[in-house]
Amino acid sequence: MKAAVLVFPGSNCDRDLAVAFRNAGFQVDMVWHKDSDLPANVDIVGVPGGFSFGDYLRCGAIAARSPITSALRSHVERGGYAIGICNGFQVLLETGLLPGALMRNAGLKFICKPVVLDVATADSDFTRGYKLGQTVTFPVAHHDGNYTTDEATLARLKGEDRVAFRYAQDVNGSVDRIAGILSENRRVLGLMPHPERAADPALGPADGRALFAALAATRVAA
Amino acid sequence: MEEPAITEDLVAGHGLKPDEYATILQIIGRAPTFTELGIFSAMWNEHCSYKSSKKWLRTLPTTGPQVICGPGENAGVVDIGDNQAVIFKMESHNHPSYIEPYQGAATGVGGILRDVFTMGARPIAAMNALSFGEPSHPKTKRLVSGVVEGVGGYGNAFGVPTVGGEVRFHRAYNGNCLVNAFAAGLADADKIFYSAASGVGMPVVYLGAKTGRDGVGGATMASAEFDDTIEEKRPTVQVGDPFTEKRLLEACLELMATGAVISIQDMGAAGLTCSAVEMGDKGGLGVRLNLDAVPQRETGMTAYEMMLSESQERMLMVLRPEKEAEAKAIFDKWDLDFAIVGETIAEDRFLIVHGNETKADLPLSKLSSTAPEYDRPWVPTPAPTQYRRDTDVIQMDPIEALKALIGSPNYARKQWVWEQYDSQVMADTVRTPGLGAGIVRVHDTGKMLAFTSDVTPRYVEANPVEGGKQAVAEAFRNLCAVGATPLAATDNLNFGNPEKPEIMGQLVGAIKGIGEACEALDMPIVSGNVSLYNETDGTGILPTPTIGAVGLIAAPSDLIAGVAQDGDLLLLVGTTEGHLGQSALLAEAFGREEGDAPRVDLAAERRNGEFVRQNSALIRAATDLSDGGLALAAFEMADAAGTGVTLADASIPTLFGEDQARYLLACAPSDLDALTAAATKAGVPLSHVGHFGGKALKFGDKSAPMADLSHLYRTAFEAAVG
Repeated sequence: MKAAVLVFPGSNCDRDLAVAFRNAGFQVDMVWHKDSDLPANVDIVGVPGGFSFGDYLRCGAIAARSPITSALRSHVERGGYAIGICNGFQVLLETGLLPGALMRNAGLKFICKPVVLDVATADSDFTRGYKLGQTVTFPVAHHDGNYTTDEATLARLKGEDRVAFRYAQDVNGSVDRIAGILSENRRVLGLMPHPERAADPALGPADGRALFAALAATRVAA
Repeated sequence: MEEPAITEDLVAGHGLKPDEYATILQIIGRAPTFTELGIFSAMWNEHCSYKSSKKWLRTLPTTGPQVICGPGENAGVVDIGDNQAVIFKMESHNHPSYIEPYQGAATGVGGILRDVFTMGARPIAAMNALSFGEPSHPKTKRLVSGVVEGVGGYGNAFGVPTVGGEVRFHRAYNGNCLVNAFAAGLADADKIFYSAASGVGMPVVYLGAKTGRDGVGGATMASAEFDDTIEEKRPTVQVGDPFTEKRLLEACLELMATGAVISIQDMGAAGLTCSAVEMGDKGGLGVRLNLDAVPQRETGMTAYEMMLSESQERMLMVLRPEKEAEAKAIFDKWDLDFAIVGETIAEDRFLIVHGNETKADLPLSKLSSTAPEYDRPWVPTPAPTQYRRDTDVIQMDPIEALKALIGSPNYARKQWVWEQYDSQVMADTVRTPGLGAGIVRVHDTGKMLAFTSDVTPRYVEANPVEGGKQAVAEAFRNLCAVGATPLAATDNLNFGNPEKPEIMGQLVGAIKGIGEACEALDMPIVSGNVSLYNETDGTGILPTPTIGAVGLIAAPSDLIAGVAQDGDLLLLVGTTEGHLGQSALLAEAFGREEGDAPRVDLAAERRNGEFVRQNSALIRAATDLSDGGLALAAFEMADAAGTGVTLADASIPTLFGEDQARYLLACAPSDLDALTAAATKAGVPLSHVGHFGGKALKFGDKSAPMADLSHLYRTAFEAAVG
């Protein structure tokens, strides 16, 4: 399995994500935002956390207009996999590859702490390693993680079983306690919590490993 | 532009004393230009020249087999084996943070991160030691929320985990808060970058953000007391941009890897002036700067403004000319401004040209070598009266006493603060803030580094020498308690006006105590910062010499970072005499700051610390005993473990005394005999004082539900200042 991790000038979880991919058995390439092509035969694109362009304008808004983002869009349109974590989730929303928006946390403060999540669907190549309803603990670290969308989209996300993770308790004001969502073809996951920070037993609970392991086990049809 | 005439008032307004101005006239043999006056003021203020403290700082131990580079560069460099080095420093941003809390704190973090990566290190950990006025003071809440948000806003976006720090409240900080920012980075031991320029005719290159008028005169402002005109000083505070700093970091590290960098210096206090003089002075060279080439954010900037601007996220470097194209490609990649703004010259001159006019022409080596140095008069701090145990205190209910501590924002759990800091970015954090030292793994190795920052200002005020020792000893203990071998320390000395002999006496005493402790505990001071004039309308802060310290955990098996389990035993290392003078209990429950600081036995500190470290395999969890003594330490361990705790002894001096050189350990009952035998062999006093388990906290026959106490502990901070 081959992963590409996008690097924007203000990305700061790019290395963390690459390490988690590598430890799960992926071959990983780092791809600079000014590049216009992904390396050949990439199975999954990781959009890492951080402050891609300093969070100026809106989180993820400038990154969504970077040259590499067009390549990401084509990759997803071809049925390729993508995961966006934290700022990466914000970028996926700004590109329109996932629906909705992330607003400032309801408490208006940056929040960094481990949070308990309910696995809301096990029916995806990201969450196949978990059981439906199982709880996992991933850290969050964000200022703008308050997920929102219109009623119709929310109904659709729920109706199509596209909510991947929910906060067990409200963390940031997100509608329906949504922490992560899937694309229509279930091959794009965006989430605010950081599974890559919970993927090494030497650092504490490693519930995130199962996500990367499940991805690594996926036989790619695309 | 018309430059103001040099008058007595103008000289005084630049913080230069008449005798200092006379020295300037003597050095250059004529009246200085306006720009030159600004340059002297920038180089000779307290913040940049250490003129009041230098004499005493020289007495500190700064060397050791582990020290690669001690004080004098941007940060200290310490060997951690395998050709790796940890590079660290702590620095204050007190004055700007009080004037403009968000930007003051943010740029404090930015400045210390630059100090670290200027030397070629990637920052891997940050800490912040914050001191604020009373929670009820009208300014406190705004300062706390602004400073905490500023620290987080900068560090989080830059991408360094904040893994520790301190937050305290005391009325002595009502008019002057303290923001002491620490950063540590990692580099290859043979690839450290220094500031000394070498070679004549080498290009001096400016990299980073454009120069604006922000922060003009900041270092001079930070070298003066506050009065009621403080609000007018806001323009002297800089504005931070962590996004630019992140790009500057990556660009600098890439550039260093190409071999293009001869010398590099960040533009911090007094910006272009200090950085250029530093590079020239250390290299025995002159520097010519052409200010027309400086990237500018505003139009019509004068030479004076450019030389004194403290605009953030800027670097000055001397590059190998043949590598210019390679360097330019890196700057372009990261979309950073860069410009060749001058060159090194053979003559001893600091030559500033702007618009074809020479704005300054000074003997460069004289700017720092002839900087004033004072042997300021000082008086020793009078011996404090001994605190005599009185019935009010001795007969207090111990549960109520504990509640007085954990219900105070000084000792309550501070997750309100640290949850606003990203403590896990870089995915190497082993131990997040909350209980003792923070720990990060050295990426791709089994090694770990532990970080702590400590000082008990009440002790230092009562007895500067013992208080200074205690700050070092507590840092030493916090490192040993996680199984780390203490390596070295950085000191951030925050005091009032050194022109007052009693304040100078505090500084002299504290440095003496710090030096003795660092010597005895093998923790040389490798970097540091002095912040004086922390006074408002003549009232000074508590003397606050913050000690930041770093320890190495060479292998995962050395780490002590577990939590206690039900049934574990509580073992107390060290001797308890029940010293209540200057204790947290007296201060919080009775509003009394009386008596002497506890005595620090450095031999016992060393012996007991080594005992804890060497027996890590038998210890499930450990914490040092400091403020709040045995009672607070036992409660904190129980709270972290989510269990109850029982201590057999309910006497106030035993529970709340603050005797030094003590630790509290949790161990499995089956390990008791082995630990006892090891203690006997090492000559370390070890006593079995209680056990974990149940749902209550019990001191003798007094008891309270743990859930109620934990609720108080976890909500009191926000209730007071959130």
